[in-house]
Amino acid sequence: MASVPSKLYADDVSLLMVLLDTNPFFWSSSSLPFSKYLSHVLTFLNSILLLNQLNQVVVIATGYSSCSYIYDSASAPGQGSDQGRMPALCSHLLKKLEEFVAKDEQLLKEGSAEGIPSSLLSGSLSMALCYIQKVFRSGPQHPHPRILCLQGSSDGPEQYVAIMNAIFSAQRSMVPIDSCYMGSNNSAFLQQASYITGGVYLKPQQPDGLLQYLTTVFATDLHSRAFLQLPKSAGVDFRASCFCHKKTIDTGYICSVCLSIFCKHHKKCSTCGSVFGQAQSEVPSTTNKKRKSSEPLLVS
Amino acid sequence: MSRAGQVIKRAKYKTSIKDPGTPGLLTMLEHRFVFRPSDPTSPAKLDVPFQLLKGQKNTREGSNKPPWLNITNNKDGSYIFEFESYPDLHACREIIANALEAAKGSSAPTITSAANASSSANEQFSTAELELRMKLMQEDSELQKLHKQFVGSGVLTESEFWATRKRLLDGDSRRKSKQRVGFKSSMILDIKPMTDGRMNKVTFNLTDEIKYQIFALKPAVHQAFINLVPSKMTEKDFWNKYFRAEYLHSTKNAVAAAAEAAEDEELAIFLKEDEILAREARQKIQRVDPTLDMEADQGDDYTHIPDHGIFRDGNKDMTEQQNEQYRRTLSQDLNRQGAVVLQGRNLDADPEDPRSIAEALMLSREDPSDSAAQKRLDRITRMTEIDDLRESHDHPVAPLCIKDPRDYFDTQQANALRTLDESRTGTEQTKRKLTTEEAYGSLKESISKIKSFGLSNSTVKPEVALMVITLVRKELSCGLTQNISSTKYQLGKNPRESILDGLPNRTKEELLHHWTSIQELLRHFWSSYPITTSSLYVKIGRLKDAMSQIYRQLEEIKEAVQSDFRHQVSLLVRPMHQALDAAFQHYEADLQKRAAKSGELPNGNG
Repeated sequence: MASVPSKLYADDVSLLMVLLDTNPFFWSSSSLPFSKYLSHVLTFLNSILLLNQLNQVVVIATGYSSCSYIYDSASAPGQGSDQGRMPALCSHLLKKLEEFVAKDEQLLKEGSAEGIPSSLLSGSLSMALCYIQKVFRSGPQHPHPRILCLQGSSDGPEQYVAIMNAIFSAQRSMVPIDSCYMGSNNSAFLQQASYITGGVYLKPQQPDGLLQYLTTVFATDLHSRAFLQLPKSAGVDFRASCFCHKKTIDTGYICSVCLSIFCKHHKKCSTCGSVFGQAQSEVPSTTNKKRKSSEPLLVS
Repeated sequence: MSRAGQVIKRAKYKTSIKDPGTPGLLTMLEHRFVFRPSDPTSPAKLDVPFQLLKGQKNTREGSNKPPWLNITNNKDGSYIFEFESYPDLHACREIIANALEAAKGSSAPTITSAANASSSANEQFSTAELELRMKLMQEDSELQKLHKQFVGSGVLTESEFWATRKRLLDGDSRRKSKQRVGFKSSMILDIKPMTDGRMNKVTFNLTDEIKYQIFALKPAVHQAFINLVPSKMTEKDFWNKYFRAEYLHSTKNAVAAAAEAAEDEELAIFLKEDEILAREARQKIQRVDPTLDMEADQGDDYTHIPDHGIFRDGNKDMTEQQNEQYRRTLSQDLNRQGAVVLQGRNLDADPEDPRSIAEALMLSREDPSDSAAQKRLDRITRMTEIDDLRESHDHPVAPLCIKDPRDYFDTQQANALRTLDESRTGTEQTKRKLTTEEAYGSLKESISKIKSFGLSNSTVKPEVALMVITLVRKELSCGLTQNISSTKYQLGKNPRESILDGLPNRTKEELLHHWTSIQELLRHFWSSYPITTSSLYVKIGRLKDAMSQIYRQLEEIKEAVQSDFRHQVSLLVRPMHQALDAAFQHYEADLQKRAAKSGELPNGNG
């Protein structure tokens, strides 16, 4: 990107990272068809780019077995499609999306088809954060980044640790994570993400009007959010999942050294290897054995 | 402290402060005090009932005044008694203080009755504390209401009530500590003489304070004073010599000073450098970091050499060595005065007697000890250690090692199948039977569909859009009123405040008062668990009754309030009810546990 004169950079320039859920298992059973969903999202992306000349949009597809960058407004060529029916954004995006879906199917065929039909949210979050870090280091002036998760599939508790790490890193870089959840029940991970990073969590009651939701709630840049009242969730589901079985628990055991969560009492912590419940030995030993406590704690 | 019976003390009765006082016996009876002089013929007999008394004052124990008690009566007359010792004074003072309180108001009887009750339980508190408590209650009406409500009705005892408010009582007593006055900063200037222009006479004014300051400033003078007065010369002579020396200094005539010093030995002491100070300064220098070299070279001192050491003639002129010691510089004086002012003064000595002051000052100077040299050597060795050459410290910690991340990042597929979330209902299970090809196929179809058709004109129908907007707006406004009790989601202004302000005043005050009383009761309730003694058990019973009473009162308030405020009031009352409910639950559970335990042990150990 060429150097931009400083007076063009206002406070409301935003970089929007959209994490698009393309889990086929979810979309095949959703009330809103994927094509309609795509049309809402594409219109929304266009409007974002219209808000400010310097706005930037990056789309990452969250597939079942892989994630990939689908579209980057900063580097896409400006040509429209041949028929001229769609703007350049849509044609490029859709082309890339097709390729991605094909590749995802390939990967799935190679691997096993077992497992819970959840998409790789942790992967796409990490990719978004990496891109944002690159933008941070690009120079003194850069747009304000934020992440928008358009998720439909339910949470995979096996991704708990990775998602929490991504959330904390987003919190540290002060990148808010907004989420628009299209699934049936509420997603605990996305609620926590929006709560911790200061974003907005929304579960639209009218999926038909998704575009209206997107433009009303998620289109505003970070600077203007200070003056607006955006919907806040009534409560956040803070349940964690245990490290051993990856199931969601309310009460569990926590290692006092590395704070890993377990649902059952263990002799040894699997993360850091510390031994629980051992008294301090009088004989000085080379490996320092320390007394670790593993007590039941309310995890919430 | 004896309350029953009479208190008889020897005292002198004075009509005024200057009066030497008639010795006699002061007897404190239940409702009056009686003074009988030792001399039967003296007319100073007193028999004063306590009702006629208004107040009392006494000299402080810390000051050096004799123990006097000044009792004022209603007609603005006063009786001054001088006691033999301060404990005597305190004993009589307490009796009169009690009597004065008894005469005061309605709040006093509850305190004294409660005080009597608690004194029978072996508690001791002085009247000073009683006065403090009453003062606190007078200042804070809320505290007084709480006190009346709980201690008056017997729910809490006096001691329990004040046990939680120790910091209020302590804070007050700290305020009363007296401030110690230090030295004035203008010590040197106080000793300026007044010259009579016509005659060759110079007059110095000397007060005790100035004497004390001179001793503090100049330890050599101090030493001389102790040695010479009164054995070798009178005080007046001593001070005459001293001021002669001062005068000579002020003329800055070192030669004359040397001449006079040679004649008069004692004068020489005042004119010379202060040896004691020099010794102390040397000791202080030794305490400095030994790696820092503080000794100034003689070549560094150029201000005292004529021409600042610049030799114009080419010869080194080192004259006036013998008169050096009779010079005194202003910087030395100022430094010394600064040091003394910062040190402050000690009040143990009687300022009227210069000898005792002198001795006190001598005692306060520290003697050098042998261990100082050893300490100095230790410090030298510590300072000269070089960090890099030392061996590394072995910290007694266990190194953190994190195992292979794949172990806990990846799924355990077999287990994961068993542990599905509750959100995964049966419908999703059936849908999963859809093969992957079909799923992916439908996805690709959607994408190609939109590719071929493009984006439609109206992605969202207008009615749908309108509905969405109203939904979002409603959610926002609901969020404001729903989240009153949760402080996490405050949107701009604080909704709770506006609710309280909107209520009528009486309801608001009632609710606030109930809230503070609930807090007080709950504090005592929860601190009494676990129940170990029977007194705690009784206390818990009392507290529970009071709490249930407040519970009922809150419900009545909820019903009695007007319909427009009912919702807000119920929202405010809810957390109070919840707190009380939690306490009741705990009480019931504990009761059941006790009953079960006592049921288990039929031999009555429960």
